[in-house]
Amino acid sequence: MKKIQVFDILRILIALLIAFFIGFIIILLVSEEPLYAFKLFLVGPFSSLRRIGNLVEMTIPLIFTGLAVAVAFEAGQFNIGAEGQFFFGAALATILGIIFKIPAILHVPLALLGGIVGGGLVGAIPGLLKAKWQVNELVSSLMLNFIFLHFSLYLVNNHFRDVHTGIMASWKIEETAWLKQFIPGTRIHVGVFISIIMVIFTYYFLYRTKWGYALRMTGINKDFAIYSGINVASVIIYSQVISGALAGLGGAIEILGIHHRFQWQALPGYGFDGMIIAIMAKNNPAFIPIASLFLAYIRKGAEVMNMMSDVPAEVVNIIQAIIIFFVTAEAFLSKYQHKLVVKEVTTNG
Amino acid sequence: METLIEMRGITKVYPNGVIANNRVNLEISSGEIHAIVGENGAGKTTLMKILAGFVKPDEGEIFYKGEKIKINSPSEALEKGIGMVHQHFMLVPSLTVAENIVLGMEPRKGLSFDLQKAISLTKEISKKYNMYVNPNSKVKDIPVGMKQKVEILKSLLRGAEILILDEPTAVLTPQETESLFESLLTLKKQGHTIIFITHKLKEVKKISDRITVMKKGRNVATIATQEVSEKEISQMMVGRDVIFEVEKLPVKPGKTVLEVKNLRAFSENGRMMLKNINFTVREREIVGIAGVAGNGQSELVEILSGLRKAERGQILINGIDITNKSTKSIRNKKVSHIPEDRMKYGTALEATVEENLISDRYDKPEFNRMLILNKKKIQTEAEKLVKEFNIAVNSVKTKIKMLSGGNVQKVVVAREISSNPCLLLANQPTRGVDIGGREFVHRKLIEMREKSVGILLISSDIDELMCLSDRLLIIYEGELVAAFSDVDKINEEEIGLYMLGIKKQNEITLREAMI
Repeated sequence: MKKIQVFDILRILIALLIAFFIGFIIILLVSEEPLYAFKLFLVGPFSSLRRIGNLVEMTIPLIFTGLAVAVAFEAGQFNIGAEGQFFFGAALATILGIIFKIPAILHVPLALLGGIVGGGLVGAIPGLLKAKWQVNELVSSLMLNFIFLHFSLYLVNNHFRDVHTGIMASWKIEETAWLKQFIPGTRIHVGVFISIIMVIFTYYFLYRTKWGYALRMTGINKDFAIYSGINVASVIIYSQVISGALAGLGGAIEILGIHHRFQWQALPGYGFDGMIIAIMAKNNPAFIPIASLFLAYIRKGAEVMNMMSDVPAEVVNIIQAIIIFFVTAEAFLSKYQHKLVVKEVTTNG
Repeated sequence: METLIEMRGITKVYPNGVIANNRVNLEISSGEIHAIVGENGAGKTTLMKILAGFVKPDEGEIFYKGEKIKINSPSEALEKGIGMVHQHFMLVPSLTVAENIVLGMEPRKGLSFDLQKAISLTKEISKKYNMYVNPNSKVKDIPVGMKQKVEILKSLLRGAEILILDEPTAVLTPQETESLFESLLTLKKQGHTIIFITHKLKEVKKISDRITVMKKGRNVATIATQEVSEKEISQMMVGRDVIFEVEKLPVKPGKTVLEVKNLRAFSENGRMMLKNINFTVREREIVGIAGVAGNGQSELVEILSGLRKAERGQILINGIDITNKSTKSIRNKKVSHIPEDRMKYGTALEATVEENLISDRYDKPEFNRMLILNKKKIQTEAEKLVKEFNIAVNSVKTKIKMLSGGNVQKVVVAREISSNPCLLLANQPTRGVDIGGREFVHRKLIEMREKSVGILLISSDIDELMCLSDRLLIIYEGELVAAFSDVDKINEEEIGLYMLGIKKQNEITLREAMI
């Protein structure tokens, strides 16, 4: 079966090539300087230390929402609510960062905990509704996004708004709650280590603990799980809570590490990106950082191209969509894959 | 007789790498009844699906009356007169028999559907082939035997000359089987060719002209039926001698393990599925339940295992009330359950063999070290079970979907038996399992019985019930209508009469044999 695994990787590479090629054709159509624009898109993200820094900074929140969605998907659940969980987690962390004046050693964990609890609570709602009354979690988690968007905005804008700035934003959080930025010239912060720890944690949780086992079996075949005596209702609840907590932690880290104040007025889209990442990584936590980095890379490339050439941002979105489309297309080249399988088994047997 | 169809060098590999057919050759003569036998996963169904246009082969050629043809879809197969009746019926339950028979080729009157024409067409074809069906009944209300006839008539109406039947008798009572065979012989007389897949060698001997034996994706032999005995066929299929009747030592039943009192239950749509069921199962005893599928036996097992709620009544395991408790708490009372549908309940296809083998015990302290699962222990346990139960698999990390049906069933049986139960609910434990696997499961059940386990055996296979049961109960429309405390004294025909609701024992005989 070795050949087939190699093929899988090859398949993704071919998909990427085709996607980039189509992307290039689109650029060719809209740009006066297509080669230059395309070069910016491909190598732009690596052209300076600051941009490489941006790449990593952008990757961090994506890892959290990617993990969050992957956990829900593995349990056979949807979580369209990572968006709101991320947002609410960020808002709570901001508030805790503003009101407490305690040493960093306590303040950072407290603010992070705020994010975890905030996101977890939001996640618990669709979980409980589904387990108790079979409310479709797709609908409930999606709707909760708007509820927690406005609830968070209410909290921040009405009670913690920085009256000295012209923009709608919260007060800055205390410096004791900041996650240290440790590479000069970039904003790469300690959150990157937390993200790696969470990748390992999620991997172990899913594949090495009895709770993860119960969660995966429920996701693969719910009837089998019920028949085996697994408490499916509780699996549904804890999978949504953990999923929410991961997203909420991501929100908190984004505030503590990068922005240091809450200044979003609309949902920033990390939750939806999380879905793309989980699908690209086939829900495997080990692949989440790679998928996140990849998404950050095409985003950053697009941004650079948009800024420095005549290619408009909308075209960039199309290219992104094409790339993601090809990478996630399961049946792409499946005929060749099948031929390979046939060849392999018939020559052996 | 002239050759009607020839399949040459057919190879089919499924996307997961399983070789279903490996350069198979098959030759069907015009007007014969041709049986295809073989163990599970031998590739019988796949080969037939290729012929009927449901599956495309990766390699190979098909000749029809000497002419090379390509069959790309079931409708193309039908154009050539090849029709297939599947193991699982493909009918619309809420439509009438006539509506089902004309589905997709409805007679019209102007723009609207001509029901009268459909009914007369149904009557006509039903008469022509001597297969009685009631055109106005809804399909969901008719017995399995009649559903099958509807399927056959449907193919015939579409011009099928060659009829493929996939395990047609698996769900039938002896009487229904008899009547099916009569129909098949009529069809043969009228010049049709019939190919049928089966596990039951008795039937092969009885009705077929020639037999093709398949093994591990290849065809082993094609022989004239009179020239071989059942025993010889089974040797060709399995490659060794098979014991048909597992020996059962007489043992004295012990104390009562399961007691069911006044049990009543409804189906999802409010139909009463069980009406006042009473019986017991004791240690060292196999209690069989016979019945035509859909008479409440599945609901009974689901209630006993916690998958469904009872409306009324009581279930005691070793004297403890478990009525409407969760599956977990029932499993904790040492009840195991081989489910009827191994794909729906019994296994998780996308999970590994190992993960499937521990689903009832993964949370026990011996498989956990603090917060983390004890991988080594789990693997040792899984490997031990794979060895003990002869599960044909390279590694316990293989996904279940790569296994053949018989091996999947072995995984289920291995898990449920190794949990060391005091009561085993075995629902169709050998359905779709080949004769080698069947013998194996039977031996295991007998072993369990000797180890003082109480076993409730539900099966649509009457031979199985007769050979394993110490006591036999018969269920009809949610009621136990007969009970026999001595299985040796009854014959199959009589069981059939009770199963069809034609006979019913009186209260006193029933009660005496029930306990």
